[in-house]
Amino acid sequence: MTGSTWLARVIVTPKPVVNDPQGLTVAQGLRTLGFDEVAEVRVGKYVEIRVTAEHKREARERVEEMCRKLLANHVIEDFRFEVEEAPAPAEVPSG
Amino acid sequence: MRFGVVVFPGTWSDRDCGWVIDQVLGAELRYLWHKDRDLQGCDCVILPGGFSHGDYLRTGAIARFSPVMESVAEFAERGGLVWGICNGFQILCEAGLLPGALIRNDALQFRCEWTHLVCERTDTAFTAVVERRQVLRIPISHGEGNYFADPPTLSRLEQHGQVVFRYADEHGFVVPAANPNGSMHNIAGIVNERGNVLGMMPHPERAAELEIGSADGLFLFRSLLDSGVKVLTA
Repeated sequence: MTGSTWLARVIVTPKPVVNDPQGLTVAQGLRTLGFDEVAEVRVGKYVEIRVTAEHKREARERVEEMCRKLLANHVIEDFRFEVEEAPAPAEVPSG
Repeated sequence: MRFGVVVFPGTWSDRDCGWVIDQVLGAELRYLWHKDRDLQGCDCVILPGGFSHGDYLRTGAIARFSPVMESVAEFAERGGLVWGICNGFQILCEAGLLPGALIRNDALQFRCEWTHLVCERTDTAFTAVVERRQVLRIPISHGEGNYFADPPTLSRLEQHGQVVFRYADEHGFVVPAANPNGSMHNIAGIVNERGNVLGMMPHPERAAELEIGSADGLFLFRSLLDSGVKVLTA
């Protein structure tokens, strides 16, 4: 695969109709700490993917396919993502 | 009746299922590796409990793309008997062979305890020797067994009588207190419309000998043997 490297940031969240026990529990924890202003908490997942593609549009299409096929379960989850040109990978010191 | 038990990396109930089939019932047993496509002529394929592929991302999400699952889907399509237990149920939902999904238990705890199930369908190959409304004592062992389906799917399941097992009290009353994980409508197990694919969270293979607390799980294994349904061979 040739082309540029892109960084996709994918966010997967439970659908509004799905009860989110983790979110409810975190909300309770925050209120216990005195954050009385907390109205609701939803807990989801954050996934970073580095992909190679000619163009940004192509990278977006592929990432969308990844989300539909594996990263999110459409029965219980929604997803959204953004794609940007990836910074060069950091040098890993050898030895 | 030849049983096939699928083994994924991280499966933990394969040997328990195998023990019941082989040692308790004396039936024919084959272990099916997740990378193989050959179902070895099995009449019933069991997807056992465990944490396939570490259950990373979501329970069953990676396992459903295993080579063996293509064969299982084709087998189910042709009317073959497929039985998902615990992680197997989660895999069947991920694969779209059963509707809905299993999400985190409402109490957020991993629940490992005895439950009572009331059986509402006795006309399936999996429950043929169970009596209608019979209460079975079978344990659960899961962190993500909270059955969810959107309202149209849920009403379709109920209309078509696809709910086979519900969590109940020891007398068979379906009450909120008997629900160990927050499942909608106390659902513990469902079948597809055709009735050849069953998914359930409780573990019948761990309730197959009185010495370990209950032999009620045998009703399901015996149903498969006794029903004599030689429906299809993989």
